[in-house]
Formats: sequence, structure tokens, C-alpha cells
Amino acid sequence: MAVTESLPDASAAETETEVEIESRTASLLTSRLSNAALPVGTAIVLLMIWQIGVRFFEVPTYIAPAPTDVGAVLRDEFPLLMRNFWPTFTVSIVGFLAGNIAAILIAVAFVHSRMAERAFFPIAVFINTIPILAVAPILVLIFGPGLIAKVVIAGLICFFPTLVNMVRGLQSVSPQTLELARILSASKSEVFWKIRLPSSLPFLFSALKIAATTCVIGAIVSEWIGADVGLGALIIDSTFNYRSPLLYATVFMSSGLSVLLFASVTITEKLVVRW
Amino acid sequence: MDGAPHNQAGGRDIAASLSNASVKFGTFTALSEISLEIGAGEFWTILGPSGCGKSTMLRLVSDLVPPAIGAVEILGKTTEQARLAREFAFVFQDATLLPWRSALKNVELPLEMGRKRGLAIPRGDRTPLELLELVGLKGREDAMPHELSGGMRQRVAIARALVCQPKLLLMDEPFGALDEMTRDRLNMQLLEIWRETGVTCLFVTHSIPEAVLLGQKVLMLRAHPGRVKEVVEIDLPEPRHVELRETPEFNRYSSYLRKSLEDC
Repeated sequence: MAVTESLPDASAAETETEVEIESRTASLLTSRLSNAALPVGTAIVLLMIWQIGVRFFEVPTYIAPAPTDVGAVLRDEFPLLMRNFWPTFTVSIVGFLAGNIAAILIAVAFVHSRMAERAFFPIAVFINTIPILAVAPILVLIFGPGLIAKVVIAGLICFFPTLVNMVRGLQSVSPQTLELARILSASKSEVFWKIRLPSSLPFLFSALKIAATTCVIGAIVSEWIGADVGLGALIIDSTFNYRSPLLYATVFMSSGLSVLLFASVTITEKLVVRW
Repeated sequence: MDGAPHNQAGGRDIAASLSNASVKFGTFTALSEISLEIGAGEFWTILGPSGCGKSTMLRLVSDLVPPAIGAVEILGKTTEQARLAREFAFVFQDATLLPWRSALKNVELPLEMGRKRGLAIPRGDRTPLELLELVGLKGREDAMPHELSGGMRQRVAIARALVCQPKLLLMDEPFGALDEMTRDRLNMQLLEIWRETGVTCLFVTHSIPEAVLLGQKVLMLRAHPGRVKEVVEIDLPEPRHVELRETPEFNRYSSYLRKSLEDC
């Protein structure tokens, strides 16, 4: 019968296009590698200009150290830098987790109760408008110079972007998908776990990428106020002692910490969000 | 499959009946006094101008919108009872697949939903894997939706709709966004599934040829407010095939419906 015979041909034609898509992803990888060469080359050239410029104009080291001076400090003072790296690392990670978990839970509450959203969202916006530098001393006064104040500062800076994105993500389900859930007589918790939460993941990860770098800012700011260890404390200390190469090396370590956290979030995203 | 009609169209088994049903959204009347009896195993297509309430009618039957007055029954049950018993399934214009689930996992979704309410979820005779084979996606069960073409996604949606072996299949312009060729192919495949499973179909479309090609009966709706204009019986030889579109009978039905649509 003609009807049945025409069907296999049709699906074969559609399968061919899928094979093309797979071969395209392989060539994408090689083109990405060659794309990386350009910015890396540019960075090397800029560092060389900086090195030559500082030497040529005989800029004093305490005003602007040459890249080689900074490199030497990175090598010689590495134990000191690492001693101060780990406390900042801990504050960043714990603050990242605390701020984001709080934001996710509050976003879930907002999505389930419009009352809660109307009551608390303006307050969340208000808290977000206070500069973190202004609120940090207050938090140190409240919680003391220990770990808690630092974690609260690092967490607070992560909180708002995640809250906003997570609310949007949980609400990003299409009306038709919700109709489908209703036709399947799905319960509220099934809609949440099987539809809303997975739908929100791409939104959540774009917020977590922001938080991965801002939580380091929070941690460093918290260490400016009365801390004796941490990259933030080392920044203050080396600035007041005119140890510019150490200051630059510390800044380099701080941005390394941000990159580390950002890369971890990006890799996790690649593993979790596969669509 | 030899295309013999397995459906007991007989005439008197009723899959869905609407009696004097109206739907209102606030002060706006979307559907007014609809009375219809849809026989078990029949294939109905629904035509009408934009805004005549075609989609609303499917949503009325599927318990998504309640009737303001009148009543809707599916196999002698209320729409809510029928929904809880999974007597009907819905195919949307958009495939509405969950992008993080593979084709197979999407087909299995209806078996996972509703469990928390303690529903006895009927399992069809066919496994999800066999259903994917039925819609021509054998070997693609692990593909993610973004790896599938529009036509393939819609076929996954059809397999998902069939997984609880519904008695009534409600389709809201399911092939409207597809190209002509894919659409023809899926039309034929749908007819084959219909003949084989005996499921009653209610199929909303914008296309007059599609309505004539698929439907045993074409329900013509009139707009403002949505009412039944007429029901046209399409008496074309079974099994239907796309070549039918070149026959004079087919054209007679098409031009009749076109005129009917014009004075809606």
C-alpha cells in the first residue's frame, strides 16, 4: 500500500541532516582553539609594552612595578600569598553558597506566593541599592570580626542577581506546557520538580556566573575591615607599606580566584544544562 | 497494516457530546450554545475564521476551560473524570517537549505525572519505545529535542499523546508550523495511526485541504460568538491518500467549504 511505503523514505531523509549537525560540532572545537590564540597573543604584547614602558621611563617600582617584578614576588612570596589565599577562598565559597541558596529558596517562595513577593521584593530591591562598601562596616559591627560577617558580606553581594534570575527562570514555563501539565492532572509538586525547576536552570546558571566573581569582591571587601589574614587584608597591608609588587601579585591572585570560581560554575553548567 | 477501519464508527457509540455548551471569558462569549455528538472512532476536523473559538472548543472538551452553561461529556463521564482517567490527550501547535528530556523520556512523561495524586495511570498496549517506532522515530529515542527537526518533534508529541492509550485525541493545529512536505507526511502517518488504534480525533486546522483530507466530518464554526455553522460529511474513499487532492470530488468539497468559510 502506497501509504506505508512512503514513510521509511521520509524519516531517512530527516536522519541525514542530524549527521551533518554532529560533524559540525567537531569543527567548532578546532575553530574555538584558534580563536583563543588571538586574545592570548594580545595580552602578551600588552605585558611587553608595559615592561618596556616602565623601564624606559624609569618609573619607580612603588608607583608601577614591571611585570617581571610582580612575577618575582609571585615566585618568592608564594607561601605568603597562599596563606592569605585560602581564607579568602573559604569566605568566597561559603558566601557564594549561603547567598545563592538563600536567593533560590526565597525565589521559590515568591513564585508560590504572590503575597510574599509583593511584601518582600521591594525590600530586596532596597537592600540591593545599598553599596556593599557602605554596608560592610555595619555588618562587621553586628557580627564581629569573625567568619560570619565576612560570609554575610560575600553572600549579600551574590543574593540579588540570583533572586531576580531564579524568579524569572521559575516563571519561564510556557503556557502550553502548563496546560499539558494540567491535562496530565499533575500535582503542584510535580509541576515544580519536573517542569519549573529544570526550566529555571539556564537562568540560575547565568546568575551563578555573576555570583562567582562578585562573591570574591565581597570577600575582599570584608577583609578590608579589621581582618589580619586574607587577600583583602594583604591588599591593605601592601598598599600602606608601598610594597607595590606584592600588591599587584595579590590583585593577580584575587582575579585568579574569580577565574577559578567562574570556570567551576561554567563547567558545572556544561554538565548539568545539556540542552 | 492494511488500512481496514478498526474503529467501530457504527454511529451510536458516542466519544464526546456537547449539549448547549457556552464558554465565556468575562463578558466576552467565546463559544455559544454548541451542541454536538462525536461518534467513537470518528475523525473530525474543525474549521472556521480566526477567533471563532476553535481552540477554545478543544480546551472546553479537555477540561482546561469550564462551560459557563451547558454540559460536556466524554464517554459518559464529566470532563474532569475523563481527564483524571486519561481518556483524552492533547497535541498542541507547538510540540511542547521538555528540552532537558530525551525523545523517549518525553514520551514517558504522562506515565510519571499525576502519581502523587494517586491516579491509576493507564498504560497503553504499546510501550513508549514502540510508540516512537510507530511514529517513525525508531533509533532516535535518545535524541534531545533540540537535535530533532520540527516534524520529528511533533511526532514525539504525538507518541507522548498516545502513551496512555486515549480514546480521544485532541489536536490544535499540530502541523500548522511545518512545511508542506512534512505536513503531508505527518497527515498520512496520523491517518494510519487513527485507523490502527481506533482513536477518536478532533483536529483543528486553518487549512481547507487538510480538513477535507483528514476529516470524515468537517465542523464549520462561525465567529462572534463562536457557533456551529454546519457539519459537512466528507464521503471520500478510505484509506485516504494525498493524491486524493487532485480528484474532482475533493475539489468539490474544498470549494464548498471555502464558500462556507467566506460567509461566516
